[in-house]
This record gives sequence, C-alpha cells and structure tokens, in this order.
Amino acid sequence: MKVLFFGSLREQLGIGELNTALPDGIDTIGELLANLQTQGDEWKLALGTGNVLFAVNQDMVDENTIISDSDEIALFPPVTGG
Amino acid sequence: MISISVQEKDFDVGEEYRQLQSDDTSIGANIGGIAIFTGQVRDLADNPLKFMCLEHYPGMTEKSLQQTAEQAEERWPTIDIRIIHRIGDLTPGEQIVFVGVSSAHRDAAFSACEFIMDILKTSAPFWKKEQHVDGASGWVDAKDVDQQRAERWQGSE
Repeated sequence: MKVLFFGSLREQLGIGELNTALPDGIDTIGELLANLQTQGDEWKLALGTGNVLFAVNQDMVDENTIISDSDEIALFPPVTGG
Repeated sequence: MISISVQEKDFDVGEEYRQLQSDDTSIGANIGGIAIFTGQVRDLADNPLKFMCLEHYPGMTEKSLQQTAEQAEERWPTIDIRIIHRIGDLTPGEQIVFVGVSSAHRDAAFSACEFIMDILKTSAPFWKKEQHVDGASGWVDAKDVDQQRAERWQGSE
C-alpha cells in the first residue's frame, strides 16, 4: 500500500510517501489514520489534529471508506489553492 | 470542451480568451458570453510576502479539476471550460489561477465560472506555503468562508 502525505503533513512527518502493508484489522481509512498515530509522537501530533482529509485512488473520500492493500492512499490538510 | 492545465509557467489571459472565443466559427457563433476569473498572489501589508510556494498532488489535481468542470457542464449549458492552475514559487502580483467559461448566455457563464472557483478552493489538492520578507514562513490555513461558499452550491443553482 502506498500512503502519500502533502503540505504541512508532509513537512511535519518529514516524509512524502510511505510504502507499507495494510496493518491487520484495519478496514477503513479512518482506522488507518488512527493506526499511523501510534507510530510515534510526531505522527500523533501531525495526524491527530482532527483536520486531516483523505483521498483513495485520487478521489476525496470520508473516513469510513474501505481501503485495500492495492490502493493509493493520501492524507493531507484542508486544501488552499485558487 | 474542457481544457485543464496544471503548470509552472505563466498564462496569457488574452490567448486563453481567444481560445474560448473558439477557432471554429461554426461553434464560435453560438457563443453569446464568456466569463473569466483570474486569481493572483496577494501581498500582505502587515507581513510582506517574498513568495508563495504552491504544492499539489500530481494526478489527483488534474482529476479533481476535470470532475469539477464536468459538474459545471452538467449544471449549466456551457460550451467551453478552460482551467489553468499554476504550481511552484509565485511572487506577489503573479497570476495563480484562470477559469474561463463560454456559453450562449451570460447566466450560465457567470454561474459556472463561480461554481468552478468555489469547488476548486475546497476540493482541488493544492497547498500554499508563504515565505515572508522577514524570513518567516508558514502554511496557509483553509478558510471557513471558502467552505461555506462551496456548500451553498449543494442542491441549488
């Protein structure tokens, strides 16, 4: 599974892309977000803001979206283009 | 027809306008109005900006803009839609975004242009980071007003 980070999340985590297996027992992208926060303090700080948006295969989705190992996942802060 | 471009280089509003007027006169003659919006980097009086860096999510950005343009096409009788969004480092006064819509009548052109900008602001994956003259830098926060503007298009025209 590929997990991409953008904007302030990428900067805070010091990583733009994470290649990892989908952890056991994780079905939704919201559960993945919670799981990633257990990786360390900086992960909890960056991802535990309650203000993270999700994309699966380049479509914006909500936290209850089911994910699989073959998906391209992205986590990012609210967008600020235009 | 929909045209989407995510690019570092600047754009020429006159050239984009001519494209919207259409090279094909059989189509061009149906156009009764063209609405254009351009956005540019605003400087901050109390905290002068050196430049702004625009990051995006390659692939999703183009897909998101395409979907927004298609939604506008479904809601209003547009003829052509052109969207350009720049990425990379941009200094105050530089153009960031272009949205142009041609239609038979002005109401569709105005509404579709505004709709595209409002949806783009809250759903296209771009992030701005400001670099200030005094050396400070920081990510731009999303604004509630942008979310409210996008939500008012839900379920109505």
